Amino acid sequence: MAGPVLEMRSIVKTFPGVRALSDVTLTVRRGEVHAICGENGAGKSTLMKVLSGVHPHGGYEGDILFEGEVCRFRDIRASEQRGIVIIHQELALVPHLSIAENLFLGNEHATRGLIDWRETLRHATELLRRVGLHDHPETRVADIGVGKQQLVEIAKALSKQVRLLILDEPTAALNDEDSGKLLDLILELKDQGITSIIISHKLNEIRKVADSVTIIRDGRSIETLDVKAPETTEERIIAGMVGRDLDHRFPERTPHHPEEGAAPALEIRGWTVHHPVDQQRRVVDDVSLHVRRGEIVGIAGLMGAGRTELAMSVFGRSYGRYAAGTVLKDGAEIRTRTVAEAVRHGIAYVTEDRKHYGLNLIDTVNRNVSLTALDKVAKRGVVDEHEERQVAEGFRKSMNIKAPTVFEPVGKLSGGNQQKVVLSKWIFAGPDVLILDEPTRGIDVGAKYEIYTVIDQLAAQGKAVVFISSELPELLGMCDRIYTMAAGRLTGEVPRAEATQEVLMRRMTKDTRDEEVTP
Amino acid sequence: MSTDVTAKTPAPAPPGRSGPAQGLLQAVLDGLRRNMRQYGMLIALGLIVVLFAIWTDGDLLLPRNVSNLVLQNSYILILAIGMMLVIIAGHIDLSVGSLTAFVGAFAAVLTVQHGASWPVALVLCLLVGAVAGSVQGFLIAYLGIPSFIVTLAGMLLFRGLTEILLEGQTLGPFPDGLQKLGNGFLPETGPDTDYHNLTLLLGLVLIAAVVWQELRDRRRQQEFSLDVVPTRFFLLKLTALAAAILVLTLLLASYKGAPIVLIILGALVVGYGYVMRNAVFGRHIYAIGGNLPAAKLSGVKDKKVTFLVFLNMGVLAALAGLVVAARLNAASPKAGVNFELEAIASSFIGGASMSGGVGTVLGAIIGGLVLGVLNNGMNLLSVGTDWQQVIKGLALLVAVGFDVWNKRKSGS
Repeated sequence: MAGPVLEMRSIVKTFPGVRALSDVTLTVRRGEVHAICGENGAGKSTLMKVLSGVHPHGGYEGDILFEGEVCRFRDIRASEQRGIVIIHQELALVPHLSIAENLFLGNEHATRGLIDWRETLRHATELLRRVGLHDHPETRVADIGVGKQQLVEIAKALSKQVRLLILDEPTAALNDEDSGKLLDLILELKDQGITSIIISHKLNEIRKVADSVTIIRDGRSIETLDVKAPETTEERIIAGMVGRDLDHRFPERTPHHPEEGAAPALEIRGWTVHHPVDQQRRVVDDVSLHVRRGEIVGIAGLMGAGRTELAMSVFGRSYGRYAAGTVLKDGAEIRTRTVAEAVRHGIAYVTEDRKHYGLNLIDTVNRNVSLTALDKVAKRGVVDEHEERQVAEGFRKSMNIKAPTVFEPVGKLSGGNQQKVVLSKWIFAGPDVLILDEPTRGIDVGAKYEIYTVIDQLAAQGKAVVFISSELPELLGMCDRIYTMAAGRLTGEVPRAEATQEVLMRRMTKDTRDEEVTP
Repeated sequence: MSTDVTAKTPAPAPPGRSGPAQGLLQAVLDGLRRNMRQYGMLIALGLIVVLFAIWTDGDLLLPRNVSNLVLQNSYILILAIGMMLVIIAGHIDLSVGSLTAFVGAFAAVLTVQHGASWPVALVLCLLVGAVAGSVQGFLIAYLGIPSFIVTLAGMLLFRGLTEILLEGQTLGPFPDGLQKLGNGFLPETGPDTDYHNLTLLLGLVLIAAVVWQELRDRRRQQEFSLDVVPTRFFLLKLTALAAAILVLTLLLASYKGAPIVLIILGALVVGYGYVMRNAVFGRHIYAIGGNLPAAKLSGVKDKKVTFLVFLNMGVLAALAGLVVAARLNAASPKAGVNFELEAIASSFIGGASMSGGVGTVLGAIIGGLVLGVLNNGMNLLSVGTDWQQVIKGLALLVAVGFDVWNKRKSGS
């Protein structure tokens, strides 16, 4: 076996307030397919950004050796010149340009600024043949499916004389057939001598294409396993991903004992949502679940499982195209066609993306807090600023929002404090059901604990809480019951007593598209 | 109930400087810096006024000229108020110049050709503006056509309709009642002083109202133990405000009194300022302009708000159209050309942001006045319209450039 093509030694990368990578070592052998595996937020993508120069040299500690030489990439261009090409989850193609134009974007076949179309088409045809795509190179990229677009990306990488191909969750947006083709192509490229790194959650995929797998957890590389070795079972990989560190990071809470008779505060039946653009794709597929008053119910799932899409769709059809399903509140069917209707029925959705969907960053704390329920501090359409200020001041104290005054623009607060503002805003709306989507994403440990305490109090006050999270310890620490989702479907419902990280992860990584669900 | 410790802990003093005098100066400078956007433009306006007053040997501040200045700029300022709302909501309206012309033409057809009385014409014209605004608003809000496109089409469309309505001719004169809207002054009563009595009275009432309002605000702030400006500077600000109103009052009162359109404008500024600051509707405009997805997910009815903002713009454009027609005492197919650009420029000079969510009604007025004083001053100096355009263009660039620079400096 040849020596390593890539070595990343003790990589440390910190962002303001967060240590994304604490110590990662990765060794990729020449000519292999190397999988990287880990929970959401474990640091996989950050690691690949360090490797490809998105996070330039100087911003991290540790060494990168590519083909035996130390590399100090200043930007993506520098890494591409060495033959390291990364294909992101979000494809970087221009939809209104043709396949050929996309292939050579920024790298055109041209003489003195004029494009040589003959050479462009010849080269494009050759590249497309290599990736097994038979569309005409002058087809608009917008007119081919996501699967084929993925192939165009790979062809583009080939045009750059790729020596190390990095694929970030390449099959997340693909259907079975396209996924299969893509994986076959990766194996084919391997035969041609191209080394690949593939980031994936799907254990069956990893087993199919990878030679070895490195597991990353909490910003550290845990271990590298030989996939072909008999002792590397899926259980073994799962055990590595979840670790076993469940310490006391959560407030003590007495588990909820649901009253048998009462109807659940919120019940969703047979909810199905199609992708907003690709209408063949079911992003949420026949999901039914319920939550009772005083209960905290978790939804676990990996990237692309459809949790956020489910929540946003139920909350005023804010995502995708509604296909089927009903919502019941306290046993009676309700309509939640618009956000205003959902809010009126006492439902609140606290977004996972506070900067884009949660807050008006250029506005102040008090105005953000009052926005959803302005009527509560207004008389005949006129806001009583006096009362509004008192409300905001109350939340600033009770939620311990660290801001000099409530007139501070929210954009100037730290992530944890911004999250507290979003929570305050929805608590002020006075809902019966709170859907919290990744409420502790990107905030420090201290603030996390404070937010857990608030969630706990909300449940104790008799509110029903749906807790969506990618951090399993968090769900295990907080929830009475946990649903798992994968590829848009519900793959399990686990009571607190039976829930372990392994049990959940097994259900989260189950691909149910070709088998029936066994609840 | 736990006592709030953090709020009362004094901030650690910056090393190397102490003493109350320096602290005070520091506070004032901080206050200025924090409100750079507003004060900056106000100071610029003051500078422009002073400069032109000197260059024109005081002609700029002659009572007759001040009165003229108000009459000349009133319609742009009316448009600027509506435009500010549109821009805060994250949109643009290019149609208002043509719409003012169209409404003027409609008014002329009603009164001159059909002999309608002026109150009837006024109401019908405002209605036409509302209809025009709501059609555009509907297309933008509910059908999702970009406002730039819809109002660009409106700009062409209303200009064409104006010419069709007037058959290419100028139509006038208007009945007296309508003329007053453009050229009229407050009526005079009382004993014969050298000044216009009602105007003086109005000015004094205004000063009292402003002082009361400022005092109330300050008391509220103290009640919440918020940082207030030091007393000395508060008094300074109050005196400056009162003096400014007094000077304007005296100037107007020593000529023909307060123009009627100034009173309308004043009411609009106070009304819209109040709505934007205190009304739920105003909040929702800032919310959709600041972050549309977040506003939607907060239950703000973004489509309805957008629709109403354009409806409102239509009504204000109609009002401006009436004022222009009344002032010229005729409806012309070429009226209102480039008004939309002046209104947009006023908003941006006055602190609006291209991406929406930022701006105040007062800012739009200050921006409009900067342009108005530049116009008027350069006219007095007999600068040709060619150079006037160049200078106004530069003023817009400088104002917005300063804003960008200031934001970048405070952001880093």
